[in-house]
Amino acid sequence: MSNSIVEVNNVSMMFRLYRENVDSLKEFLIKKLKRQISYDEFWALKNISFQVGKGEAVGLVGKNGSGKSTLLKTIAGVLKPTKGSVAVRGTVAPMIELGAGFDMDLTAKENVFLNGALLGYPKEMLEENMERIIDFSELKMFMDVPIKNFSSGMIARLGFAVATIYTPDILIVDEILSVGDWQFQAKCHHRIQEMLEQGTTLLFVSHSMDQVKEVCSRAILLSHGEMLMDDTVENVCERYGEAQ
Amino acid sequence: MSTYIHNFLAYKELLKELVRRDVKTKYRRSFLGMLWSVLNPLGMMIIMSIVFSHVFRANIENFPVYLMCGQVIFNFFNEASTVAMSSILGNAALIKKVYVPKYLFPMSKVCSCFVNLLTSFIALLIVIVATGTSLSWTVILLVFPVFYVFLFSLGMGLLLSALVVTFRDLQHLYSVLTTAWMYLTPIFYPVEMLPGWVRTIVTHNPLTCIVQMLREVIMYGQVPDIRLQLMCMVPCIIVMALGLWTFYKQQDKFILKV
Repeated sequence: MSNSIVEVNNVSMMFRLYRENVDSLKEFLIKKLKRQISYDEFWALKNISFQVGKGEAVGLVGKNGSGKSTLLKTIAGVLKPTKGSVAVRGTVAPMIELGAGFDMDLTAKENVFLNGALLGYPKEMLEENMERIIDFSELKMFMDVPIKNFSSGMIARLGFAVATIYTPDILIVDEILSVGDWQFQAKCHHRIQEMLEQGTTLLFVSHSMDQVKEVCSRAILLSHGEMLMDDTVENVCERYGEAQ
Repeated sequence: MSTYIHNFLAYKELLKELVRRDVKTKYRRSFLGMLWSVLNPLGMMIIMSIVFSHVFRANIENFPVYLMCGQVIFNFFNEASTVAMSSILGNAALIKKVYVPKYLFPMSKVCSCFVNLLTSFIALLIVIVATGTSLSWTVILLVFPVFYVFLFSLGMGLLLSALVVTFRDLQHLYSVLTTAWMYLTPIFYPVEMLPGWVRTIVTHNPLTCIVQMLREVIMYGQVPDIRLQLMCMVPCIIVMALGLWTFYKQQDKFILKV
């Protein structure tokens, strides 16, 4: 398919659960010689395949531990799947955790540049958009304060403002909207809608069915690493609701 | 290959930003700030000079400069490889959340130590002026030893940071190793003073060659010969290749182990 922007082909992800934790060379060698290295295989994802077209908004739903975050991480390129492949065409803005990569000792302004660079944004662009970042995060008075003095809400606001300063091809959102007050949540929603109108593809994880219904048109239901359903958001939510 | 270069250029800004962060946070909230990276080696040099020229009587001409040439190189190597080693473990939270080329972490640490190395050359210059050492044009050749030690430290940094993820013991073992390494580098004694077999080890230590080269260009006004160049270059290339290879092989496992 040529117009799909994210292609997930038979992705499986296996983690090893070591019974004995081997952290040192000595232990490793002894146990290796005695053939005592044993581990259980845990498949966090089993044969997941789907495609996302440009401009689609897809919600990933499922209980805790169903593999939603693992799936997002393979798409973001953080994890390499054990089997299968993921193809992504375009720029990805991963919002798996807001403010990941902030340095607590740096000021808010310095962190904008650090975090912006982490996400691969050029410096000039960040400088141009500094006003917008400040406006959005409502931190005008605090831009020169080290962020270790910030509240978690302030950090989340700054993180969201930096990550969404430009419209990426693919936006990955993992349960980050649960932080902050309702006003800020509404603002984030508004910004996400704005990006969707500009043609961004969205992958959205949330436990709130209302949020998923509001933002997404299509949803994928995961359970114990398997894909149970890939359908319209209404059908999936109904099925998920039944399961509960 | 071109995709690697392209990828590196795309993240050049991040490298700069990471180095800037390290340099900024290192002396933040201290009164003298960056001045410490000049004062520190200077203070160390004064103490070591007093100890070794009065207590142990090492008869070396122009001892302060001799000592400092060795110190500057070894301290950079020691600091850079040690902080680079823990860079992957230290950035675990980030590695799990955002995709970035992982070699940037050890690399940025080596680069920020390199900034420190450059400032400690100011301290060296002060000592050169204070002792009235005459410099010849060969001093510009100091870019060679500086380049070699950078390459060597980067290679070690990559190697160690990849290995320490699997074998945490290395963190504790390495400080013992560097102590031995320091005594096997002629920082405050002349190589000639050593008995046979120790001398063989010391002369084959890559850092010895680099320190020697620095002394040749600064203190003795000599142009390093091709043999010395090779003795520096070959180990640097080997360590760099080994570091890159190990790192490349291990990097996908980092996220599962950090």
